[in-house]
Amino acid sequence: MDLSLSTRNVNGPNGDRTVVEVGGEIDVYTAPKLREQLVELVNDGSYHLVVDMEAVDFLDSTGLGVLVGGLKRVRAHEGSLRLVCNQERILKIFRITGLTKVFPIHTTVDEAVAAAD
Amino acid sequence: MATVELRFSAQPEHVRTARLVAAAVARRAGVDEAVLDEVRLAVGEACSRAVGLHRTNNIAAPVKVALTEEEKTFSIEVSDEVPAPAGSIPGARSAPEAGSRGVDLEADGEDDMGLAVISGLVDDLEVVGGENGGSIRMSWPTASAVVMP
Repeated sequence: MDLSLSTRNVNGPNGDRTVVEVGGEIDVYTAPKLREQLVELVNDGSYHLVVDMEAVDFLDSTGLGVLVGGLKRVRAHEGSLRLVCNQERILKIFRITGLTKVFPIHTTVDEAVAAAD
Repeated sequence: MATVELRFSAQPEHVRTARLVAAAVARRAGVDEAVLDEVRLAVGEACSRAVGLHRTNNIAAPVKVALTEEEKTFSIEVSDEVPAPAGSIPGARSAPEAGSRGVDLEADGEDDMGLAVISGLVDDLEVVGGENGGSIRMSWPTASAVVMP
């Protein structure tokens, strides 16, 4: 399954958030599309991102690298990048790479949107 | 001889094919269903790394994946044709200059992370570098290895 991406803006209690819904497989082939999307959002002034990964079937280190790159970009603008993920097989990849300490990972989009920075 | 052997041109779009084939052969060989996700991820990481190495070094040769069903194990060997630099530590040549892959890297650290993921997933792992290229060998037990007589 290819990568699917969609974005929407949500007005949360701590300000505007941009939710990026990602679906399908994030790998060496598709990750550049996700990177382009994140770069475009930051260039357009969206510095508080919530990446919803509930529909992601597969994630590899290339995808992790893109998320880390996104985090670096939003942090340069004092922004935030939060993840939404409940899938054990995806969470495992964050754990073995130690990235659970880097990304705030939430169980619902609502929780991520409401989180204070 | 490998049970199934796969050669693909070093293009990112073919890595998915390698993942699917590896998972299918692993399932047939009796690798536990719960482990198939790990097999899929590990072989994808190894293939992504090999593709990156070939592209960085302008090597036209295909990446090779050998899937071998043995008596009690299922093994995967992903081979590239990029010679290890003289005097380098085997396995330590995995990080080409950031950004030089030309595909998609921006010094975000994917290369190092690939090996980190494989190391975290696979207990039986060997990363070899030689003058004719390198390989990543991984193996998993099959169902026949744990079934009591």
